[in-house]
Amino acid sequence: MIPGPFSYHRPASVADAVKLLSDLGEDARPLAGGHSLVPMMKLRLATPAHLIDLHGIAALKGISRNGNNLVIGAMTTQHELLASDDVAKSMPILHEAALLIADPQVRYRGTIGGNVANGDPGNDMPALMMTLGATYRLEGASGARDVPAADFYQGAYFTALEPGEILTSVSVPVPAAGHGYAYEKLKRKVGDYATAAAAVVLTMSGGKVATCTIGLTNVHETPLLAADAAKAVIGTGLDAATLKKAAAAAEAIMAPAADARGPVEYRKHVGGIMVTRALQRAASRAK
Amino acid sequence: MNDMTPTREQREAALEGMGCKRKRVEDIRFTQGKGNYVDDVKLPGMLHGDFVRSPHPHARVQKIDDSEALKVPGVLAVITAETLKTVNLAWMPTLAGDVQMVLADGKVLFQNQEVAFVVATDRYAADDGINKVIVEYEPLPPLVDPFKSMDKDAPVLREDLVGKMSGAHGPRKHDNHIFEWTVGDKELTDAAFNKAEVTIKEMISYHRTHPSPLETCQCVCSFDKIKGELTIYGTFQAPHVIRTVVALIAKLPEQKIHVIAPDIGGGFGNKVGAYPGYICAAVASIVTGKPVKWVEDRIENLTATSFARDYHMTTEIAATKDGKVTGLRVHVLADHGAFDACADPSKWPAGFFNIVTGSYDFPTAHLAVDGVYTNKAPGGVAYRCSFRVTEAAYCIERGMDILAQKLKMDPAELRLKNFIKPEQFPYHSALGWEYDSGDYHTAMRKMMETTGYAALRKEQEEKRAAFKRGETREIMGLGVSFFTEIVGAGPSKNCDILGIAMFDSCEIRMHPTGAGIARMGTKSQGQGHETTWAQIIATEIGIPADNIMVEEGNTDTAPYGLGTYGSRSTPVAGAAIAMAARKIKAKAQMIAAYKLEVHEDDLEFDIDGFRVKGLPEKFMSMKDICWAAYNSVPPGMEPGLEAVSYYDPPNMTYPFGAYLCVMDIDVDTGVYKVRRFYALDDCGTRINPMIIEGQVHGGLTEAFAIAMGQEIRYDDVGNVVTGSFMDFFMPTAVETPHWETDFTVTPSPHHPIGAKGVGESPNVGGVPAFSNAVNDAFSFLGSTHIQMPHDFWRNWKAAKELGAVA
Repeated sequence: MIPGPFSYHRPASVADAVKLLSDLGEDARPLAGGHSLVPMMKLRLATPAHLIDLHGIAALKGISRNGNNLVIGAMTTQHELLASDDVAKSMPILHEAALLIADPQVRYRGTIGGNVANGDPGNDMPALMMTLGATYRLEGASGARDVPAADFYQGAYFTALEPGEILTSVSVPVPAAGHGYAYEKLKRKVGDYATAAAAVVLTMSGGKVATCTIGLTNVHETPLLAADAAKAVIGTGLDAATLKKAAAAAEAIMAPAADARGPVEYRKHVGGIMVTRALQRAASRAK
Repeated sequence: MNDMTPTREQREAALEGMGCKRKRVEDIRFTQGKGNYVDDVKLPGMLHGDFVRSPHPHARVQKIDDSEALKVPGVLAVITAETLKTVNLAWMPTLAGDVQMVLADGKVLFQNQEVAFVVATDRYAADDGINKVIVEYEPLPPLVDPFKSMDKDAPVLREDLVGKMSGAHGPRKHDNHIFEWTVGDKELTDAAFNKAEVTIKEMISYHRTHPSPLETCQCVCSFDKIKGELTIYGTFQAPHVIRTVVALIAKLPEQKIHVIAPDIGGGFGNKVGAYPGYICAAVASIVTGKPVKWVEDRIENLTATSFARDYHMTTEIAATKDGKVTGLRVHVLADHGAFDACADPSKWPAGFFNIVTGSYDFPTAHLAVDGVYTNKAPGGVAYRCSFRVTEAAYCIERGMDILAQKLKMDPAELRLKNFIKPEQFPYHSALGWEYDSGDYHTAMRKMMETTGYAALRKEQEEKRAAFKRGETREIMGLGVSFFTEIVGAGPSKNCDILGIAMFDSCEIRMHPTGAGIARMGTKSQGQGHETTWAQIIATEIGIPADNIMVEEGNTDTAPYGLGTYGSRSTPVAGAAIAMAARKIKAKAQMIAAYKLEVHEDDLEFDIDGFRVKGLPEKFMSMKDICWAAYNSVPPGMEPGLEAVSYYDPPNMTYPFGAYLCVMDIDVDTGVYKVRRFYALDDCGTRINPMIIEGQVHGGLTEAFAIAMGQEIRYDDVGNVVTGSFMDFFMPTAVETPHWETDFTVTPSPHHPIGAKGVGESPNVGGVPAFSNAVNDAFSFLGSTHIQMPHDFWRNWKAAKELGAVA
């Protein structure tokens, strides 16, 4: 549990960080909250020769409005996310989910950028961001580009980030007023990754589901959008048969690994239950 | 008398003696980060050692190449078995009469076994060095399932023992067999089963787990070549035993070995034994002439040092139709891993597992335990319990529930019907113990009344009906557990460690101003000895507890003791304290008689001094007696006021308790909620009720962890898959249920202050309460026994197998 040798860099601007990354090449890794990278380094599963600490870059911090979007700087911590009134009021699902991430100590250090950029299927925010239709801003030597969260995840720890690029902010469209939402996460204990989790954002009209998006965490090597499950509930009052159908449609796209949280069959089964419960709770909250 | 004269109550209160909820004096430093732990020890020129470990569970070591490692800046030495052979330390004796490799000698026998020890100027360099040691292995077939250990074609693990048909505990039946231990009357027991009206039989497993104290095992060894002295700072629950073991295996004169156990961050049995890290750090210090520190990380602690349990108990009970037990027959298959390194008293290869008759009056019983080797880490320590007592309590308490189910009797009623009656004490059990005291019926009835047991059963019946009607997906379980602990090892007639009788000791030295120091053979790891030991002395001799300093852990100053584990400190050392204090008091009485000019027999002790009978104004306080002891003792008496006691207990003590767990389980996810947990403990005389409550909370939390998910698990090919707190269930305050505690008091008749020990009772009684709750919840769906641990997915699996989930 002792990391190997590395050099430490603390750039003051995104431009400097990007330059360091491109100059140092594959031996360099950006460091945000460190909750994924540092344990991997302690196990020597990651042995970067250079760490580029992003904590010195003021421009990567903070939450602001840009039209109908909330723009969250990559180095904004989960704690800061939880402390934001704007987040709590305009997209309460983010607040609800952030509270389910690890524990207060981790949330003081852990960042939104690190959580979404790492490509860890166990992280909660990626599925949330896909559900909310967020876009990630990636900056590299050749400039900036925006990639939808839904297109970002390609495999476990494998994302659309090109070598030399840094994820600098997340832009999230504010959901419709009166929307219903829920993040249902089954975990073994505080600090654990989800055995399975489901995010639901929906709107209701006349007692029927008008729009619905469903995201899934840790039931596949990437976060998932359960499009068929969402489609199955549109126009319904979420009766038992519909819920069953939606859960089955969601389970059909799940491919979790068997681990100490349980065998594949269990993780898929409870994944379906998380979808059902999130749909029910979201509907009960919709106005 | 003026108004300022303290009342008797005020004088009593000022002592903060036995029965007082005295705040823990050690917490002043612990809560301010001022504890002094082994990793805080930093000696000039100190080096750091770390292990190269085996990735294979079973392999031949063909070659160890350290040439690249020695080129790493800061790396000074790489120690291997070949190095250790030069000082005859490649293997070390275990407490169980086996031998264990210190570093891999030709073979590795479990994953993460120590292969080489890299010594460097700092911990980072040591780790860099580890990654440069190249070890060539030839993998061998792993033996993971203990039930296959004695198969004809099983791979032979211990080549050093091939052909030895007898071990430390008698004959061996197979190369992978360690011992067979039998107790009880087989013929009588078989006869009871042959004519039994009702019998049950179930294979009840208590899975492998780990004590996992917050502070891992660690040491600093410093060899002084000029003086020929070895100083060892270490996380030792039994520092004197470590000193003697070092003297025996390193052939150093014992007076030249200084063992110091500073503050310890939890032990739970993990820190009783000797580990390769200690030996390697000592040898490295001898080789380099510098102090060497070894600090285990969490993965190493969980995967290499001292697991607990791993008992597979085939349990049979014979009974009459109306629920009177007539016989108990248990066979245990004990998985000891690669070496038999159980930390039990030497003559007890399965600890005190023969307490398995529990709290019940079994006319006859028979027990056989087979210990076997597998490709897993060695250990088998008493994780917050007396030796193998949690296993025994789990075995009998599950067995009684299974019998109740078969008889369609309430499990509490079945227990009440079979309890040893108060008038039967001292009670001789069918498997050889003499229970000193108990009042089981009172404790059980108090539990049932306080919890509203009958109403809970009624609620359960209604919920079961509602579940069957499809109105709820939640099932409810009531886990009854009534345990009898056996603690206080132990009487020299049957308890020793490597030939050293298991007494304990106390030395009290009073100072002229009415203060004193007590030095002990025990070693607190969080139990609060500095607080409670002073309370015993306060009550015994009338000096305020605040004026008594308690010191433990330095073998140069402390009297020889066997240490702290198995809830032995209060039953054994607690008695030594009282006996030493009584010697002080006897001398004080002589001094008081001389000063008050009366005969000793004319004096009576009165809270904090001696008073002349019938003349209440003629009084001499203990404080004044202390002064007099140093300047005006009676003619012919030696000055000073100190005493030492080595206490060899006449018997064990037998704490007991009645627990109830109320649990709700969602069958669709397997998620459980502990709605209520009630724990009534009887530990005899209560020294500090607050510390007892804290001990019960801690023990129950560990019991909760073990029963509900905490395990050391190996996959089919011998990889240990629970090497971190991510997968090894360590509950936080969020997961931990609320605990309700209660008590009765049945003092031990043979203990000087009637105390019995409590630290481990809640783990012993807690595990069966949780497991019985889960099993009780599912029983109406047709199950008899569901193995632990009862984590979410296994509960769901049980529900699915019973047809409750589609």
